[in-house]
Amino acid sequence: MAENPPIERQILRRMSASDEEIVINFGPQHPSTHGVIDFVTQTNGEIIRRSVPDIGYLHRGLEKIGETVSYPGYMPFTDRIDYLAAMFTNEGYAMAVERLLRVDVPPRAKYLRAIASELCRISSHWVAVGSMASDIGASTPLTHALREREAVNDLLEELCGARLTFNYARIGGVSFDAPAGWGEKVLRYLDHLDSYIQEWDRLISLNKIYIKRLANIAVISREKAIAYGLCGPNLRGSGVSWDTRRDWPYGAYPDFAFAVPVGQGQMGAPGDCWDRYAVRVLEMLESSKIIRQALAKLPEGDIMAKVKSRPKPDPGEVMARVESARGEMCYYVVSDGSEKAYRMRVRTGSFMAMGIIEEMSRGSMIADLIALIASFDIVAPEIDR
Amino acid sequence: MKITTALDSTSLTRRYPKTAVATTLFFLLALPFLLYLLLLVTLPFNQPQTLNALAKRVGWDLGGSPIRDTWYAVILVVEASIVALYTAVFAGVTTWVERRVAGRMQSRIGPNRPGTLGFMSWVADAVKMLFKEDLIPAQADHLLFRAAPYFSMVGLTLPFVVLPFGESVIAADLNVGVFYVTATSAFVVVGILVSGWASNSKWSLFGAVRGAAQVISYEIPAGIAIMVPVMMAGTLSMQGIIRAQGGWPWQWFICQNPAAFVAFFIAVTASLAEGNRTPFDLPEAESELVAGYHAEYSGFRIALFLMVEWANMWIMGALAVTLFLGGWQIPGVSVEMIQQARGNDVLPSLLWFGWQFLSLVVFAAKTWVLVLLFIWLRWTLPRVRVDQMMSLCWKFLVPGAFACLIFTLFWVMAPPSVHRVSGIAICVLGLWLLVKFVMQTRKNIADVRGARVDLSNW
Repeated sequence: MAENPPIERQILRRMSASDEEIVINFGPQHPSTHGVIDFVTQTNGEIIRRSVPDIGYLHRGLEKIGETVSYPGYMPFTDRIDYLAAMFTNEGYAMAVERLLRVDVPPRAKYLRAIASELCRISSHWVAVGSMASDIGASTPLTHALREREAVNDLLEELCGARLTFNYARIGGVSFDAPAGWGEKVLRYLDHLDSYIQEWDRLISLNKIYIKRLANIAVISREKAIAYGLCGPNLRGSGVSWDTRRDWPYGAYPDFAFAVPVGQGQMGAPGDCWDRYAVRVLEMLESSKIIRQALAKLPEGDIMAKVKSRPKPDPGEVMARVESARGEMCYYVVSDGSEKAYRMRVRTGSFMAMGIIEEMSRGSMIADLIALIASFDIVAPEIDR
Repeated sequence: MKITTALDSTSLTRRYPKTAVATTLFFLLALPFLLYLLLLVTLPFNQPQTLNALAKRVGWDLGGSPIRDTWYAVILVVEASIVALYTAVFAGVTTWVERRVAGRMQSRIGPNRPGTLGFMSWVADAVKMLFKEDLIPAQADHLLFRAAPYFSMVGLTLPFVVLPFGESVIAADLNVGVFYVTATSAFVVVGILVSGWASNSKWSLFGAVRGAAQVISYEIPAGIAIMVPVMMAGTLSMQGIIRAQGGWPWQWFICQNPAAFVAFFIAVTASLAEGNRTPFDLPEAESELVAGYHAEYSGFRIALFLMVEWANMWIMGALAVTLFLGGWQIPGVSVEMIQQARGNDVLPSLLWFGWQFLSLVVFAAKTWVLVLLFIWLRWTLPRVRVDQMMSLCWKFLVPGAFACLIFTLFWVMAPPSVHRVSGIAICVLGLWLLVKFVMQTRKNIADVRGARVDLSNW
């Protein structure tokens, strides 16, 4: 290890030969890297020359594990890919295997998956916007956001027994039906959420200092966002209206009407940090709309299709994509006809955001790098898997 | 649905044992009041003449003997220790207040274990800090690393020499008091710079350089804004500035002069920046610089740094109260009344002690209002960026402070009737702003009261 530091660090060490500049590691232990990542940063005083993400500290080989355990047995591992939005990782994996097995999911299970996923999106976005405010220096919004998230976690706990690693989706359906009276509780929370967002906006979104810190910072143009392969709220923040739920529909989503909020540059240029933040706040309201429609239309019936306990799909390959809280999440599964996958590959939103950081960090200030990282809503285990 | 808050409705004694309540109440009342009373009692003996007269009563003629001088020195040392202790106790109590207030603002509970409502947590923290290992990084500059907290401590304790507490309660009423405060309180930045350099850590260095740039920049608007009340009073003495004001709000400098009204906000903003409080907590910005200049410190040394940070709030508040908000002046009681109550006896009368105590309470109450304002700001606002902090200082506060100064040059020549009219007008304006603020707050609360759910897990 000592003889062979990562190539980027070798480059940086050569580059920082002048006395004016220093190389500083933002991480792997740093309050605002949102997990164990290292941003190797070359700075001249407060001005950043260049910042290169050094990822891999949280690599647990989850994709390889997917090739050594049976198809149903991999489900709890998918929770650990993105612990803040485990519903999407569950659902994406279940969809991929269902396509391999050519299983039809009962409509009630599809609806329950949609409700649970959207609740999970609200919960994940609360952490995103709260920790962003905390990174900008305001600690009060974070605790308020976590309080709101606790209420979602309570609802999800009632649904599936877990608060963080849900393990809710099953191949062919979901593990539990909604308990009696659960729908009313969800609706009551959504009523609260819709009115609370106004309070939240007054608390932090429209705060003058907050806007000054985020507007016109790290502006990512439409073209650049597409070129770097950003996805999810990071892509929509740059004004690209692309949402897998609408443009590549899956599950129960074709039945719902909802808007796709995009960054419009209300406070500065389109595609700045504030836009990426605002898209997340608005998406919570859209999720609320989707859940209301799903609860109103929730069909009766089974929650599980008939699937063998150790299924052996025919040889073939399949790709499933879901709109996770951190963008488009793809599962690529290759089957060789045995009861284990031959190849498992997961594409995640946080990983796609890593590429653009080096370019956006050039010439920015240290505080802007923090804002940039926070605006991408990075979850370190999702980068490394 | 019920709205849950951090405090439930059960009474204190039901949640805490009676002994805990009693102990806490004792410490809560005893500590600050004991210090105040000690200060008050030792005060009359703070004069060589009084000591002579007292000795004469007993039958000794001390004259100018070394015994009298020794006694005089002892009393001065006692008073100095009381004031130094006061900074420590204030810093401790303020950490508790800040954590409780932050808990309420962040809809969580805050410290509630040691003592009633967690009051003893600051004592527990201090004991914990004392028992921690005093860790010095191997690559650090040992001597400077050890010395840095003391530089900050010096910058904290020296201004207390001239900070008034009450009508006659002041360690030393220097005739250059205001100048002395601005000069000595800048010592804190030496501690920040030395600690950041000696730590041999890049984060600390960033914090130190930010701290130096920030504190030195904001000295300028603060210094100029402070000159406004100095010119209005015609003296640099802290007590002299307070005596030039009155007890009622329209007699305060902030109301007597529109420029002083602006200068007050400039001075408070600048002192927030000098005290490294949010939104100017750049030198120790947690989400950017881990912990800034004190990232490598532990144990008692970090306790000193944190004590400086919190006790600085008293200096910030007391300075603003002295210069702009009428200091210890009791409404309806003039300085002459207090001086008459002293009588011509060797020891002052009981009434005089009463007035002194009331002035202590008035001053402390006003300062606490400002301290709570600083706490409230800290838990509300995000942090500004370095360049924004600099442009606020040099583009807005410095020209603003200069404009106030020049306006005041002409203002002091205006007849007293103008001052009176302006005093009442600014008072009414301030009251109107306050009412408007309260109404807006009530409206904001009412707006979101509609669809609340019980978000508590417990």
